[in-house]
Amino acid sequence: MSDRGTYIKRPNRPLQFYAILFLIVLYVPVLFIPLFSFNSSIYVRFPLEGMTLQWYQELWERDSMWAALYNSIKVGIVVAIISTILGVVAARAITRYRLPGRSALVTFIMMPLVIPGIIFGVALLVLMSQLGVPLSLYTVGLGHLIVCMPFAVATLLPRFEGFDPSMEEASADLGENGWWTFWRVTFPIVFPGVVASLLLTFTISFDEFIMAFFLTGTDPTLPIYIWGQLRFPREFPAVLALSSLILFVSFILVFVAQRIGRMGLED
Amino acid sequence: MTNDAFISIRNVNKYFGSFQAIDNVSMNIGQGEFFSLLGASGCGKTTLLRMLAGFESTSDGEILIDGQPSADVPPHHRPVNMVFQSYAIFPHLNVADNIAYGLRKQRLSKEKKKEMVDEMLDLIKLPGYGQRKANELSGGQRQRIALARALILRPKVLLLDEPLGALDKQLREQMQLELRALQRQVGITFVFVTHDQEEALTLSDRIAVMSGGKVLQVDTPEGLYEAPKTREVASFIGNMNFFEGTVRRNGSNEAAIETQGLGNIPIDLEKVTKPDGAPVQVALRPEKFELLEEEPKDGHFVTAKMDKTAYMGDRSHYYVTLDGKPEPVAVSSTNLFVARDDDRWAKGDEVWLRWLPEAVVVLDSD
Repeated sequence: MSDRGTYIKRPNRPLQFYAILFLIVLYVPVLFIPLFSFNSSIYVRFPLEGMTLQWYQELWERDSMWAALYNSIKVGIVVAIISTILGVVAARAITRYRLPGRSALVTFIMMPLVIPGIIFGVALLVLMSQLGVPLSLYTVGLGHLIVCMPFAVATLLPRFEGFDPSMEEASADLGENGWWTFWRVTFPIVFPGVVASLLLTFTISFDEFIMAFFLTGTDPTLPIYIWGQLRFPREFPAVLALSSLILFVSFILVFVAQRIGRMGLED
Repeated sequence: MTNDAFISIRNVNKYFGSFQAIDNVSMNIGQGEFFSLLGASGCGKTTLLRMLAGFESTSDGEILIDGQPSADVPPHHRPVNMVFQSYAIFPHLNVADNIAYGLRKQRLSKEKKKEMVDEMLDLIKLPGYGQRKANELSGGQRQRIALARALILRPKVLLLDEPLGALDKQLREQMQLELRALQRQVGITFVFVTHDQEEALTLSDRIAVMSGGKVLQVDTPEGLYEAPKTREVASFIGNMNFFEGTVRRNGSNEAAIETQGLGNIPIDLEKVTKPDGAPVQVALRPEKFELLEEEPKDGHFVTAKMDKTAYMGDRSHYYVTLDGKPEPVAVSSTNLFVARDDDRWAKGDEVWLRWLPEAVVVLDSD
């Protein structure tokens, strides 16, 4: 053991075992969803009966599912763009200006991460009904904006923090005004963070349930649609198929967002 | 105040809240001059440079660049360019695009732009580097790119904020020579900020020594070193021995200073403005002493006791004690024409110091 250096660098067997166990507990339940989505029985139980793509096909032909999917994508794209723009503005202000109460501001922006969604959902519902605003995809989008803002800021803040302020000064010194400096220097340097923020906030909005549950009008988003389908046992396998697809796409988007977000930060 | 001042700084003050960063600074910088702002960190030199660039405003006073008041001119409209301490090379652009960054508004053809960039790459001795990425460059190369990016716009003034500070010693010395040669070649006024006195002495035509937001003395490198006006300047640049003295006027055509340690030093009348009997401080650099083993036959000399010796390679430093002076006196002597002799002097040995009265500096009282 002595030639392996200090305990800090030595591999720790129990810790490795724990890490593997942790990942199993975390992800095995999730893996049952795609597994049963290919099962030919409508009941979720072992043993599996047979392999089928029937549920995926059924899903394909269901118009109400397509409408819900379309709603979710619409809300997701708009929310991703607005929360990322606000995130860029907030991150730049937090890192560039001498703001009084800077840390309090950051705490307030991050607050929705720890406040239960149900509280925000109820609060917004009360507010909307008091203002007489009818529930629609707009109100869902508003709710999602609150949920997504902390993620956008958290993704963009490190990009702005790792950004030498003299870059912008150099651009000004070389004759560019604020507008051109933003587009020629600031934006290209934070661009990976912007893409990461767009992907992440889209995914969060797309999967969000609680806010949508309180704030949806007549047009359901996809998670609300899935919730509605759970009442019908015959529909359950199709829900599993849909959930599998969402799982797959979400995983890819988050993975890509993480990779892009860190691009160029290592060196 | 000369009339050909290219940059004129007049009674400028700068406050950050209640902290005064610049304290009533006035000076002129001439066309084509290599001018250094020298001082310890926090002395206000960078603030002054950033005022010239337009990144800081003046609290009061004014700055004229090429005869134009600059107060209302934003950085992107000033005829000055800056080399930043961190170089601020744009990481998302290659070398050629970095250098050509400021050319956008001139609406040049692609060929013309490329020609100008290539010319700059030749000037900074990095030909063929145009397509390199910014993160593939070494510190010295980044520094040169930052220079080229500023010089391609043919500024009237180039501002340099400790551009050599991040380089290792060898590269720094090489870049000093190149920077000086480059400045002569392009003939642009350089304003150079540094805390390194040796660097300032090597590079500059004139140097402003700053401390606590004030300018203590503006002079040529030789003037600063050989004739510092105050004790603060004298001790900031190089090493210096200080002696307390009293003015002795002997009629109208002779003067001397009676010192503690060095005895009576005859002084030119014009060097002494104070009346007879006034206390005065004089200074003499360690290398202005000649260290002798035997009593010299002529000249001005005193006897001393060796206290400490320090071998530095090409030279040795000695500390000797003089009668009538409490602090030891530093003496520096080259080891030229001296064979290796580790114990040439030991503590307590009697030695003689000889000096030229003309080398003695009479300081203004602070």
